[in-house]
Amino acid sequence: MTTTLEVRNLRTHFFTRAGIVKAVDGVSFTVGRGKVMGLVGESGSGKTVTGFSIIGLVDPPGRVVEGEILYQGRNLATISEEEMRHLRGNRIAMIFQDPMMTLNPVLRVDTQMIETVLAHEKVSKEEARQRARDALGMVGIPSPDERLKSYPHQFSGGMRQRVAIAIALLHRPELIIADEPTTALDVTIQGQILAEVQKLAANTGTSLIWITHDLSVVAGLADDIAVMYAGRVVEDGPVSEVLDRPLHPYTHGLIGSVPSRNKRGEPLRQIPGMTPSLLKLPAGCAFRTRCPRADEACLADQPLRALLPGRQARCIHPHLDEVPA
Amino acid sequence: MTVYLLRRISQSFLVLVAMSMIVFIGVYAVGDPVEILISPDADQMERERAIQALGLDLPLWEQYGVFVWRALHGDLGRSFVYNEPALQLILQKMPATLELAFGSMFISVLIGLPLGMYAGLRPESPGSKMIMAGSILGFSLPTFWVGLMLIMVFAVQLGWLPSTGRGETAYFLGLQWSFLTANGLSHLIMPAINLALFKISLVIRLTRSGVRETMLMDYVKFARAKGLSPARVTFVHVFKNILIPVVTVVGLELGSTIAFSVVTESVFAWPGMGKLIIDSINVLDRPVIVAYLMIIVLMFITINLIVDLLYSALDPRVRLEGKA
Repeated sequence: MTTTLEVRNLRTHFFTRAGIVKAVDGVSFTVGRGKVMGLVGESGSGKTVTGFSIIGLVDPPGRVVEGEILYQGRNLATISEEEMRHLRGNRIAMIFQDPMMTLNPVLRVDTQMIETVLAHEKVSKEEARQRARDALGMVGIPSPDERLKSYPHQFSGGMRQRVAIAIALLHRPELIIADEPTTALDVTIQGQILAEVQKLAANTGTSLIWITHDLSVVAGLADDIAVMYAGRVVEDGPVSEVLDRPLHPYTHGLIGSVPSRNKRGEPLRQIPGMTPSLLKLPAGCAFRTRCPRADEACLADQPLRALLPGRQARCIHPHLDEVPA
Repeated sequence: MTVYLLRRISQSFLVLVAMSMIVFIGVYAVGDPVEILISPDADQMERERAIQALGLDLPLWEQYGVFVWRALHGDLGRSFVYNEPALQLILQKMPATLELAFGSMFISVLIGLPLGMYAGLRPESPGSKMIMAGSILGFSLPTFWVGLMLIMVFAVQLGWLPSTGRGETAYFLGLQWSFLTANGLSHLIMPAINLALFKISLVIRLTRSGVRETMLMDYVKFARAKGLSPARVTFVHVFKNILIPVVTVVGLELGSTIAFSVVTESVFAWPGMGKLIIDSINVLDRPVIVAYLMIIVLMFITINLIVDLLYSALDPRVRLEGKA
């Protein structure tokens, strides 16, 4: 498997007045070429910051303090802003969560698309327009010629997200970081967009990092998955294996929390407690305070260790004993 | 669009009518111009004749009726003092005030926008902190005092700039303008800067907060994620969004500058409308006061309309519709 991106021991910290917030604290994963990597976790687990760290858009007071982001033999954490800018939107693109906010309300869609083309390639404006139109057509926007002349507010949320995806696709990037791009959309639109993205990734060989809190989305879309908790990856592996046989109690809880038809009538299961504040994480395993399996041994820091072939988890008491349901 | 304009114009007309009543009654209540205009030695006969000549013997509603009737024919009355048509009197002074107001507006945008952008983009830098401290001075120093200081330094001590009057003027569109001659321009600079000082501060603060707010928006981050150059992000994506509040405030300020630049006009003996209206109020020259206020109302209405039109040009989400 050829690798598109390898993240090694990434640490992104925010230096706030209240203290250092370790939003991302030693995250490692690899994304294979043409593969979809699902980055799963609750709000505040550091998955979005991980995405912004890769594309170099962590704003002060945040900063990537340690780690390597290897892309084509280059470490994105150390290259200059100008070099990074040439990669952004060109080789590595990003799609944001809220389509209502990602397009500039006062600029026409064609302006926002053409400028993206021209930012990375010296082509005529006419050619850039052609490319923009083709990209809109590719993501399933009807009559793209007319739509190019519209303003963002004339589109629905789903259509705006399609525009954002079209912008991300303009330069046929090798990697797209999608930060919960379907969270704000209706389920039907969500399905359409997912199918669209899956098709595009398969056709163009683009790798995806799909950031989400929705396990059902990841189940259908991702090849691999990394579960994040409090700035760290607590478990990773191929998506079907992780979902079928979660090793970490947190993943276990997450999957258990998904309402399903088989459990109709029973009270919904949930993980007790709340995500701890990143300013005062419990010592040792951060999940310890909410974990049914925790004991004194969990007070020590846990490394991510291989438990099964291709599977890693950050836990002393993993669910190894259980027969898969 | 046409429906919208027609609607706005009819609204404006109603505002004008309402204003004319308020102004007329207000001016009537302020005092009796007869006491000031007619010499105390005049006998009863002379007084009566004068009162009749000025139309002050009629009851208020009749005076108003006469005023409206004449106003519809383009006559806003004759000045009691100068015995000239009030409108003509005001229009003669208007270019002086207009060029002063526009000059100061131009300066405030020219200086305020870039400084505000800088302060918004680099809020922590020492330069920004200096700009913000300076803007507090601009807000709080009284205009007349700054005007006097400007005269002290640049006219009296350094002798670089003249301190009073309009200087040479040139004709343009049948009116006299100072800004068209070098000498006139040198006369214009100081009062315009004086008047601009407050507005520079206003534009700086408005721009800065606009920039800081806009920089946090997702669409700015997305623009950066597209790999656009920082210049393009700042001057296209951010700039166009902050223009909306700036245009509103600058529009409103322009109106009040034209209407109420009295202090600066007095300090620099600038022969504009502000000085005329103050003099007229002192001698209760009713027709001039009324005509002046009517013109100012009309001007505010026009400026607001232009601001609204600019809005729709700047923000595509704003639709100018006939139905409110």
